[in-house]
Amino acid sequence: MIDYPILSLMLAVPLIGAVAALFLDARGARWMALAATLLELGLAALLWASFDQGAAAPQWQFTEARDLGIFSYALGIDGIALMLIVLSCFLMPLCILASWASIEHRIPEYMAAFLFMETLMLGVFMAQDILLFYVFFEAGLIPMYLIIGIWGGANRIYASYKFFLYTLLGSVLMLIAMLWTIGQAGTTSIPALMAFDFAPEAQTWLWLAFFASFAVKMPMWPVHTWLPDAHVQAPTAGSVILAGVLLKLGGYGFVRFSLPMFPDASALLTPLVFALSAIAVVYTSLVALVQQDMKKLIAYSSVAHMGFVTAGLFAFNRQGIEGALVVMLSHGLYSGALFLCVGVIYDRMHTREIGRYGGLANNMPRYALFFLLFTMASVALPGTSGFVGEFLALMGVYQTSTWTAAVLTLGIILGAAYMLYLYARVAYGASDKPDAAAMRDLNGREIAILAPLAAAVLWMGIYPEPFIAPMRADVGRLLARLEPDRPRFDAQLARAIAPGTPTPAEASH
Amino acid sequence: MIKLIVFLPLLAALVAGLGNRALGNATAKLVTTGALFVAAALSWVVFLDFMSGDARSYLEPVLTWIRSGDLQVDWALRVDALTAVMLVVITTVSALVHLYSWGYMAEDDSQPRFFAYLSLFTFAMLMLVTADNLIQMFFGWEGVGLASYLLIGFWYHKPSAKAAAIKAFVVNRVGDFGFSLGIFGTFLVFGTVSIPAILAAAPGMAGSTIGFLGGEVEVMTLLCLLLFVGAMGKSAQLGLHTWLPDAMEGPTPVSALIHAATMVTAGVFMVCRLSPMFEASGTALAVVTLVGAATALFAATVGTVQTDIKRVIAYSTCSQLGYMFFAAGVGAYGAAMFHLFTHAFFKALLFLGAGSVIHAMHHEQDMRFYGGLRRSIPVTFWAMLLGTLAITGVGVTGVFGFAGFYSKDAIIEAAYASGTTPGGLAFAVGVFAAFLTAFYSWRLIFLTFFGQPRWAGSDHIRHAVHHDYESAAAEGTTDSDEAHVDHGTVAATAGPGGAVEGTAGYHPHESPWTMLAPLALLSVGAVFAGVAFHGIFIEPEAGEAFWRGSLAWDAHFYEELHHVPLWVKLSPAVAMLLGLFFAYRAYLKNPGLPARFTASVDTLYQFLLHKWYFDELYHHLFTRPAFALGRLFWRAGDEKTIDRFGPNGAAAVVGVGNRLAGALQSGYLYTYALVMLLGLAAAATWAMTR
Repeated sequence: MIDYPILSLMLAVPLIGAVAALFLDARGARWMALAATLLELGLAALLWASFDQGAAAPQWQFTEARDLGIFSYALGIDGIALMLIVLSCFLMPLCILASWASIEHRIPEYMAAFLFMETLMLGVFMAQDILLFYVFFEAGLIPMYLIIGIWGGANRIYASYKFFLYTLLGSVLMLIAMLWTIGQAGTTSIPALMAFDFAPEAQTWLWLAFFASFAVKMPMWPVHTWLPDAHVQAPTAGSVILAGVLLKLGGYGFVRFSLPMFPDASALLTPLVFALSAIAVVYTSLVALVQQDMKKLIAYSSVAHMGFVTAGLFAFNRQGIEGALVVMLSHGLYSGALFLCVGVIYDRMHTREIGRYGGLANNMPRYALFFLLFTMASVALPGTSGFVGEFLALMGVYQTSTWTAAVLTLGIILGAAYMLYLYARVAYGASDKPDAAAMRDLNGREIAILAPLAAAVLWMGIYPEPFIAPMRADVGRLLARLEPDRPRFDAQLARAIAPGTPTPAEASH
Repeated sequence: MIKLIVFLPLLAALVAGLGNRALGNATAKLVTTGALFVAAALSWVVFLDFMSGDARSYLEPVLTWIRSGDLQVDWALRVDALTAVMLVVITTVSALVHLYSWGYMAEDDSQPRFFAYLSLFTFAMLMLVTADNLIQMFFGWEGVGLASYLLIGFWYHKPSAKAAAIKAFVVNRVGDFGFSLGIFGTFLVFGTVSIPAILAAAPGMAGSTIGFLGGEVEVMTLLCLLLFVGAMGKSAQLGLHTWLPDAMEGPTPVSALIHAATMVTAGVFMVCRLSPMFEASGTALAVVTLVGAATALFAATVGTVQTDIKRVIAYSTCSQLGYMFFAAGVGAYGAAMFHLFTHAFFKALLFLGAGSVIHAMHHEQDMRFYGGLRRSIPVTFWAMLLGTLAITGVGVTGVFGFAGFYSKDAIIEAAYASGTTPGGLAFAVGVFAAFLTAFYSWRLIFLTFFGQPRWAGSDHIRHAVHHDYESAAAEGTTDSDEAHVDHGTVAATAGPGGAVEGTAGYHPHESPWTMLAPLALLSVGAVFAGVAFHGIFIEPEAGEAFWRGSLAWDAHFYEELHHVPLWVKLSPAVAMLLGLFFAYRAYLKNPGLPARFTASVDTLYQFLLHKWYFDELYHHLFTRPAFALGRLFWRAGDEKTIDRFGPNGAAAVVGVGNRLAGALQSGYLYTYALVMLLGLAAAATWAMTR
């Protein structure tokens, strides 16, 4: 067992790294950032290994608390938070490596921003005090604004403005609702709030207020339009974190707050979530089909995949929720990887326009192989991480609503269409564009970035047990909390007739 | 042993694929082909064990896969008689196709990639047939889909190959849409995805109903039909067949292995594997019968007008798959599997034979430019002739017949013996399609191997001759009597049908031994697979002892097959002879006849030539609207509505857009954001301390 405050240590390491990076030159800052994120990854692995998954294990582990009067500096994680922390820590060194050569100015500041963001994001998952959570949750976006606004593309101002406006709207509503819940429950402790029974009539409004914030972060249709712009303008590593971690904050919010705190409202408003998720999948998949900009296409596909998450979470059964959580983890891997793949060729040709590429399988065979693997993960091919989560989530949704499941499952057709169309336009075809044909294959650094992601995608696809197991007990607790309110829709086995007994229809013959 | 059979091809694929250019062509070929021959030998051991009645079915666990509440899915390999049949089919054809590709792909510069894909495909297919649960079956299902996508698009520089690959994957995904929903529904109803558990519980569910999309439907009908949609996609049944002819863009060995012998039969395998489920729903069985019959008819009609040699065989495959499905639909699962088994040999033979012809004719695939090839490539000719005798079902009851004679006639008789209306319809269609099968199969043989050479009209041939001349001239050799004779002096005369007669000085060569050896071995299968194995597949007693409950088996029904009226037994033979007769009349005796005839029924001809207009229909119904909707949602939805009234509108209303933008530019907004955050924190403090 670990007898030192490992969570605080994990918050401190990137923070110290960030401050140190500011005082170093470009080269030093790079190495400092890499060292800090690798150390952090080691700590995360240690955390994963020492997390108690036994039957008698407490829900919250590695807890530490210091009362600060109004709120407390309380940290602690359950299995769900653990896995999101592991994901974040895994992606971070890859982001630093991806920015190694492509960021050319203000490098110390850039590295500091990334490290600072890591602290804040981990804080979101570790916080056990709702106000502490809020601070991390909102502050985590500031480095992201900076990364897009300073190191972004040509139209970065508009993108950060949109990003800012959307999140601001959601945050204000959520803050008000948070203050109200604190007033009601008389505590800022998240575990206590999760167990508190709010009056059913108040739940709906509170739920909607939290929903405003989480739906934007997710993002759900129709508050998704900030995401394509943010992705397009962000530097590669920014996109990876945006897709890999920041998009998971909304889903985490639903699991941590909306569902356990407001089970009645969650059940009541499930149709709303289902409808928005179903629309998101079909709508954004079709939009992805007609994109000419690679990053925009992948951004829209992210919105579609998040539709599986939201629908799965509100399926009110184990397959749905576990599936949604696995989609969150797996999407963090393959969408991050896809953005990195875009980054690889963007670094060479400085365009994201799909039509400028073609025939890359000829001159970049290794790249084509990695790109294919992540494309397949994105279309949820069994054996990759994408399948496990998506299939479980859909299976869960089917048990609650066949309509929603049927519409969402259309996503597997559309997903194949837009991703393979993208892949064919980039990697297949003749090498008839001289500049694209002249690009060299992956170098050692790029392989070092993509290979771990590929390994993780396959690992989670073939043997997902280590990823699901830590979350199992937490999902069980959540389900126990939700069970009384489980909504019943059309999919219930209407008349399960004991084997052997004739049905009324048969009997009447 | 089963682990060795399944995982050797995977290992070989990884070695060849990841080693790629570093290891070189020879290593990749040796490793993959060697692995496949070992797997094939072991598979025959397994199969013969089952045939002798010594073996029992068993389950070999491999690894935990997905655990989520009641959903317990493991990687495991199931071996029973049904699996054993598939094992020999897959590994045998795959091994021979690997060997064949040594010759066929000899000039390709991405050979390791090709062999890696072939082996990867074999692995996925083996995972499919050894699956003990629906989700592992789905893994294999999608895995073969991936391999098929990669191999159809193997020559990815060709736009047509690129498009065909995407089409194959996406159309299959439409099938998988149904398959997925079927698995979800099955799990909901039975609380498990384990195939044995589902099959044991299925009969008890007959007649129960469940809610689906707002309606109340019979459970077993719903589940079977959803799963069957998956089978339709993979096995190219009418409606979801459009990808298969286009899949001929892949190299010919691929067509033989994937798009004839193995992958496309996965749907038939699935229906047989889940036969106790289908038995629980009469409606589902009727649908399977009708879809199978419709496909058998549709594809056979289209096959009669194709001029591309590979497409003829592709439509033939589609049609034969229809036979297998209606066999399953009338409850003759043993006959369906039997036809799957014999078909694998003779169809792989026909495809590889076609490949040999294409190889000899310098990549020319249009039969209008063939003719008279039987003397130039005699081994190929004899092999394809045997394949044709097998597919058309030549044989004499009680004496001897080629492979198709036993399996196809069993299917036709079973359709009659079932006594149901769909079965009767399928019987009629089956007989008529047998006539068409004979017609297009002999048409292929006559156009290709008989008559006068019409090679002069082919661009490929002209190119080849020109090239040979140039290289020969460059080398300064004059002793060759084959490379450059008489070019330019050939008297090219316009033959019937507008084709140019003459050889253009081209000399087709017989293929190397690596290609001929597989043809010879498959010929043995095409000749003897029926007579040797019909006992265990469809005879009442031997069959029961062989299958041992691995598919739904009604011994009484198979007994009935022997007692159908004589005219039923004779009708396929008559249909076959008629087909041969018409083909002989039209393509040997009187070569001007087809053109005159098609001119007289132009509407029908155009209808067939356009493959019943499915591609056009789907293009207008799905592809174009999807893109149009995508553009509409993007421009009118996201940009003109959400953004306009959302963020842009907000900025306009408050009038801060520009100022905000200006602030952002200089980085002040981050200060604003921080201030906002601190302000909110202050508000929280105030709220708490109050």
